[in-house]
Parts: sequence; structure tokens; C-alpha cells
Amino acid sequence: MLTKQKLDQFGIHTFFTLFTIGSLLPFVLIFMVSISDESSISANGYSLLPTSISFAAYRFLLYDFTEIARAYGVTILCTIIGVMVSLFNTTLLAYPLSRMELPFRRSLSFYIFFTMLFSGGMVPWYLTFVNLVPVKNTLLAMIIPGMLLSAFNVLLMRSFFSHSIPDSVVEAGIMDGASEFQVFQKIIVPLSLPIMATIGLFTTLAYWNDWYNCLLFIDSPALYNVQYLMTKTLTNIQFLLMRADSSAQAGELLAKMPRETVRMALAIVGIAPLLFAYPFFQKFYISGITSGAVKG
Amino acid sequence: MKASEAVLMQSKAEIKIWKKQRDFLRKLNKFKWLLLMTLPGVAYLFINNYIPMYGVILAFKQYNYADGIFGSPWSGFDNFKFLFNSPDAYTITRNTIGYNIVFIFLNLVLALLTALLINEIKEKVVSRFYQSMFLLPHIVSMVIVAYLVYSFLNMESGLINRLLDKWLDKEAIAWYSEAKYWPYVLVIVNAWKHVGYLSIIYFAAIIGIDKEYYEAATIDGAGKWRQMTRITLPLIAPVITTMTLLSVSGILRSDFGLFFQVPMNTGALLSTTNTIDTFVYRAMLTLGDIGMSSAAGIYQSFISLLLILAANYAVRLVNKQDALF
Repeated sequence: MLTKQKLDQFGIHTFFTLFTIGSLLPFVLIFMVSISDESSISANGYSLLPTSISFAAYRFLLYDFTEIARAYGVTILCTIIGVMVSLFNTTLLAYPLSRMELPFRRSLSFYIFFTMLFSGGMVPWYLTFVNLVPVKNTLLAMIIPGMLLSAFNVLLMRSFFSHSIPDSVVEAGIMDGASEFQVFQKIIVPLSLPIMATIGLFTTLAYWNDWYNCLLFIDSPALYNVQYLMTKTLTNIQFLLMRADSSAQAGELLAKMPRETVRMALAIVGIAPLLFAYPFFQKFYISGITSGAVKG
Repeated sequence: MKASEAVLMQSKAEIKIWKKQRDFLRKLNKFKWLLLMTLPGVAYLFINNYIPMYGVILAFKQYNYADGIFGSPWSGFDNFKFLFNSPDAYTITRNTIGYNIVFIFLNLVLALLTALLINEIKEKVVSRFYQSMFLLPHIVSMVIVAYLVYSFLNMESGLINRLLDKWLDKEAIAWYSEAKYWPYVLVIVNAWKHVGYLSIIYFAAIIGIDKEYYEAATIDGAGKWRQMTRITLPLIAPVITTMTLLSVSGILRSDFGLFFQVPMNTGALLSTTNTIDTFVYRAMLTLGDIGMSSAAGIYQSFISLLLILAANYAVRLVNKQDALF
């Protein structure tokens, strides 16, 4: 009996070890390629164990880092503004909906819920943000369309409010002569910090990883964010050189560029912040997924 | 006598209505600040979601940029006729539905298996470690995934071609120009990215099961396998139903990033990688065909709405509590 149990445990750990390796292997591979010597790639291809190591790709990226730094600036700026405005709007909308006596409560809930059921499709949505709210080729295009408010998050936060903040707390506040705003600011916001942190984390990831809005609305390379810079570079490695002053300089750079490795080095530079931050937020992220999944 | 009684009754009714109105206005006044708070969110949804819904009329118009949505001439069902007479309509519908059926089934089986197994791990630290490792693919963007796939499939130096050459002595495969391989590639990539995430949702449901069921079952002599099939699975059935219901109603929708970024927007692969979403994007931005691309979008939205209503109705018939709404 005991041996069977041990065998079972062994099998389970083997399964998860393989699963872990499978999840990590692709990341390890691109990292190894990024520190490989260009000549070892042309001889052996991409390999998990490069025959000779070289940081030429990173040196090449550092040589003209302005492009990447600017893209990071766009990503960071849009993420910070987007997350802050989004959290603010989500809370402002979710809290009144959690108050049972609010007039039009059912209609408002349906108004929000219906956006999850039906959409007019991508084309009219795109035209709305090109013609009606002209965000094309501005930073706002990577903040406003589609991402500023998620109906799902509003409903998630509403059920948090109705389940974890008792009505008596609000009533007591009102009895003591506080206005609705004061109740919201002094009681509700401090009590809702956990759900705000969870939704804030999901929203941060959504903004950080976004390339779709950049693909649709941004034509000017000066406004590309990191994800879209990487998209462009994947299909055309020479894209990194477009800011070179002259074609002669571009040609010189192109000759020097370690083509295969520089692409993967850019990918590493692109995911590094997320991978470094992951150990710190993973625990919180997992509990966020589970709290969203078993909502009432 | 009778007349005055009737007048009295009438005025009583009037007073009642008047009181009701007064109460409502008082309530409105009491909650005016709270209602005002909802304004930014309501306005945003109006612009981002409701105005585009009105845009469905685009599908029935011969759109040109000069006249705009309202000025462009009506064209009846021409856009739909054009769409459904093109060979693309069949390909994109087949691809979207076909991939989704495989994704839903495969991801469900793998995620349930993973969730059941992780529940058997006694050491909490180890279990946490595994979870955070297989959740990693879920947090990276599809652009990164495209890079990762490229490192495996790149023709000259990709890992797979090199391994084929080294171990099996096979010719290199031009992955990015042979459409027939992509159903496998995309199914694997999709599972790699999402199974960990789904399994954590199912695992959360499993943890919620009362331990007493298992203790009683153990006393009755039920083995692990019987406990899984007779206790765990039936008790997490509501979660499985909800998750599957959501996926099934989205069967005409596809992950744009997966089908656009991962095949690197390659024309040669369209027969197996084009879905409704990528088709709409290309028809709009590459061909500039606003009418047909919105027709395709409407086709997707309407059938999706019908599907979610039907799926929800079906679940309500079986078990009211599991329904979404």
C-alpha cells in the first residue's frame, strides 16, 4: 500500500516536472540564443547549449538604445495612466451598483452586462475611435479604446462590495452625518484595497502586454510601444535600423548586426521586466484568478 | 352620494400616485451623488460599446470615407451576399469553429487532469511552485509567444529543424510556408498558454469541496480513482459547465493574437490560420472594404449572441443554479 502511494507521488511529481520544463523551455531557448555567438548559430542553429557565448547582440542593442528606451517610455506611461483611470472608473461605477436601494440599479446592471453579450464588431468600433473620438496616432489610442473599463471587472468589484462590506457600515456612516462622498472616500475605498489591487494587477498586465491598439491606431514609429516594436522587429529585423541618420550609416550598422541573436536579445529585453516582477506578484496573481473564478 | 364617493376614491388614487412620485424624487435626490459617480463609466461604455453597436448599419451600406456612416448609400444585403459568395466565408467559419472545438475539448481534459493531480500534492510549497511555473505562459503577450514559436520553427536555425536533422536525419521543414502543419502548431501553442490558467480555476473549485466527503468515502473503502470520478468531478460540475458554456458561446470568436502574431501574418498559411477576426482585420485595413468586413463582424456577433442565449437557456432547463443569467 505504502509503495503504491509512493509510486503515485513519484508519477505526479514527474508529470509536474515535465509540465514545468515545458513551460520554461521556450524562454530558456531564446535566452540561450540571445547569448550565443553568431557563428555558433550558423553552424549549429538555435541550441539550448551554445558552443560559444557572446554578448554581441546586447552590445548592439545598447549601442543605440534610444529606440527601445522610447518604446518603454510609451509602454510605462500608458500603463500608469491607463491603470489609474481604469481603477478609478471601475470603483466609481461598481460601488453605487452594490447599494441595493439605488434607483435604476437593475437597468444600470443590465446596461453593463449587455456589453459582454453583444458587440457591434471591430469595424464600427475602430471607426468610432478614428472619427468620433479622434485618438489615431496619439498616446490616447493606447489608453482609451477597449481597455479603460472592463464590464467583467465592474461586476467582479460590485459583488465584492455587496459580499464583504455590510450595509450597516454605510448606514452608520450616513447616520453620523457623513455625505455619500465621504463614506465612499473614508470607508469604502480603504476597505476595498484588496479587490482594487487584484483588478489593478490584471489591468496592468493588459496594458503592459497590449500591441493590438498600437497595431490598429498608430502609424508613427515614434509612438510605438515595446510590444509593437517587438512585433515589427520579428518580421523585419532591419526595422531596428530605421532611425539611422543616413542610408550609409544604416548599411554599416546592418553589416555589423548579429541578425539571429539580436532578435532574441530584443525579446529578452522585452520580457525581462515581467519575468523579474513575476516572483513577487505570482502568489497574488494566482489568488486573484481564483477569487474571480468562484465569484457569486 | 355615489358620485362623491367616486371622487374621493379618485383623489385617493391620485394622492397615492403623487406620494409615489414624491418618494421616487426623494430617493433620486438622496442618491444623486451615487448616480453621478456612475457617470464616467456609463459614458465610456456608451462610446466604446453602444455607439459601435449602432454601427451595425455599416454592414448594410456601401461605405465611403467622404460620406461617412450616415451619408453613405444603402446597399441592402449586398455586403453579406458578397461575403458568403466568396470562398473565404467557408474557410474562416470552418477554421474558427474547428479550432475552438479542439481547444475547448483538449484544454478542458488537460486542465482537469492537471487540477486533479495538483490536488494530490500534499506539500503546499511544492504545489505553489508548480502552479506559478505553469501559469507563466499565461502572463506573456502573444508577441512574445510568436518569438518563442519562431525560435522552434524558424527554417534555418529553429530548434525543431535542427533536431530533425540531427536525430532523425530528416530534411528541414519550411514551417512558415506549409499550411498543413499549423493546426497542430496552433493547438499546441494554445494549450501551452491556457491549460495552466484553466487548471488553477478548476483547482480552486476542488479545494472548495468539503473534506468530509473524502473521509467518508475512504472509510467506505473507495479508492482514489472512485473518489475522483464519484465525488470531485460531480461536485465541480457547475464550474465546468459555466466555463465550457462560456467557451461554446464564443465558438465564432477567436484569439486575434494567436492567429495573427504566431503565424507572423504569413499569406501562405491563410488556409489554416485565417479566422473571422483576422479576416475582418485584413478586409478592413488591407483591402479597405468597410462594408464586407463589418458584415463579417455582424455575422459573428449575432450568431454569438444567439449561441450564448441558447446555451444559457439549455442550462437553465437542466439546473437553474448553473445558468449564467
